[in-house]
Amino acid sequence: MDFSWIIPYRDLLLHGAVLTCVLLAISVTLGFGIAILLAVAQVGRSRFLRIAAKSYCTFFRGTPLLIQLWLIYYGLGSYLPHIPGLRGSFLWPVMREGVFFAAVALTLNFAAYQGEILRGTLLAVPKGELEAAKAAGMRPGMVLRRIWLPRAIRIGLPTFAGEVILQLKATPIVFSVTVMDLYGAAYKIRQDTLLVYEPLILVATFYVTLTFFITQVFKRFENALPTSR
Amino acid sequence: MKTWGKAVILATTMLASNANAEIRFGIVNEAYPPYTTKDASGKSVGWEIDLMDAVCAELKEKCTIVDVAWDGLIPALESNKIDVIWSSMSITEERKKRIDFTDKYYSSLASMVGPKDGVLGVDPAQLKGKTVGIAVSTTQSAYFKKHFADVATEKSYATVDEAYQDLAAGRIDYSFSDTGPLKEFLKTDLGKECCEFKGTVPADDAILGAGVGGGIRKGDDELREKLNGAIKAIRANGKYAEFNKKYFDYDPY
Repeated sequence: MDFSWIIPYRDLLLHGAVLTCVLLAISVTLGFGIAILLAVAQVGRSRFLRIAAKSYCTFFRGTPLLIQLWLIYYGLGSYLPHIPGLRGSFLWPVMREGVFFAAVALTLNFAAYQGEILRGTLLAVPKGELEAAKAAGMRPGMVLRRIWLPRAIRIGLPTFAGEVILQLKATPIVFSVTVMDLYGAAYKIRQDTLLVYEPLILVATFYVTLTFFITQVFKRFENALPTSR
Repeated sequence: MKTWGKAVILATTMLASNANAEIRFGIVNEAYPPYTTKDASGKSVGWEIDLMDAVCAELKEKCTIVDVAWDGLIPALESNKIDVIWSSMSITEERKKRIDFTDKYYSSLASMVGPKDGVLGVDPAQLKGKTVGIAVSTTQSAYFKKHFADVATEKSYATVDEAYQDLAAGRIDYSFSDTGPLKEFLKTDLGKECCEFKGTVPADDAILGAGVGGGIRKGDDELREKLNGAIKAIRANGKYAEFNKKYFDYDPY
């Protein structure tokens, strides 16, 4: 075992680790926001919205993340330069980067899984509570905001932790579109130093540690909130 | 019992003779035209395959091709799954710590391609503020760090093919690689449409000088000497020039 490469490559590794965490944070936060819309649309009254949200979840849960990422990066991404004006605009430095497409793909994918879970937990909220809210004079929007959604999120909290961990482990895929995340850094070190196992061991240790950290944070949340039905 | 014993002897002699009779060439799985690539039937073809055939004909040895992913080449050599790495591997100090090399069989000339805008040249001044796509951990990457790192940005790719895609999509300004594959890319439809040859960078013997050679297990000097002799012989008798004509209008040695 030879770990002497850690010192010369520390900046690359640190940068990669931060990028991994940032991608996770962005995709989970934005993805959760979209998931709420998807879940509400699926239990809502509008037939059109219901079918649209259901199709979205089916598509993104039914195709591999790698293919989604490549469709967005190589497919959609290669048409962007043809949009007049975009190439010279202030958006271009962001939109030409792989990390932008990686964040988009991870977010859309996470939203689909989480949207489906939230749909289930929305339906799991006891009818009596919603009726009680209505009886207390709340309008439908208020019931959703104050009672239905918060209760659904609490019910789904233990599953949510698992989803975030799965999402963390999905992030190394972004290296395939030139994003130098932690796995990308390890790949480069492996190519430079010809050491196969050591960089992978370091990366694996990082993912385990981060997973442990995520579990602890969610445990705190769960303990602080009354989740009983 | 008797037949069983015979079978074991037969099997072991077959194994032993197998190991002696043929040289297993590790050829990279990822396409790297024109050096190695697969034809429509999945057979390996290209400059390095022709070179291998010429070398083996010279040695009068039987050679077989083993497909190995780029990452796995050195481990495969060390674990005795192949005898030679024959896949455009540049001779570098870092690699020499793990494996030996034959004499070089071609020199790596590094060049850049970029979008068709008529601006030719590859001076550091011209590359100011540009993004250059380079395959990770190549001699070009080392060259870039030494000569361009303070003016331009390097973007790392797992393979040079992905850098071409991004060049065509306008995500990078240049692709920096070995001259042979770059010229091959410019012959493709994608390359013809988007890009042009910008120029070859000045030589730097410290980085590019050692060239490309066959990778040999440490201590396998017999095979190394044999291959060195064969490379020298086909250079002298014109076989090298003969197949090289099919690919290049210059001598890459």
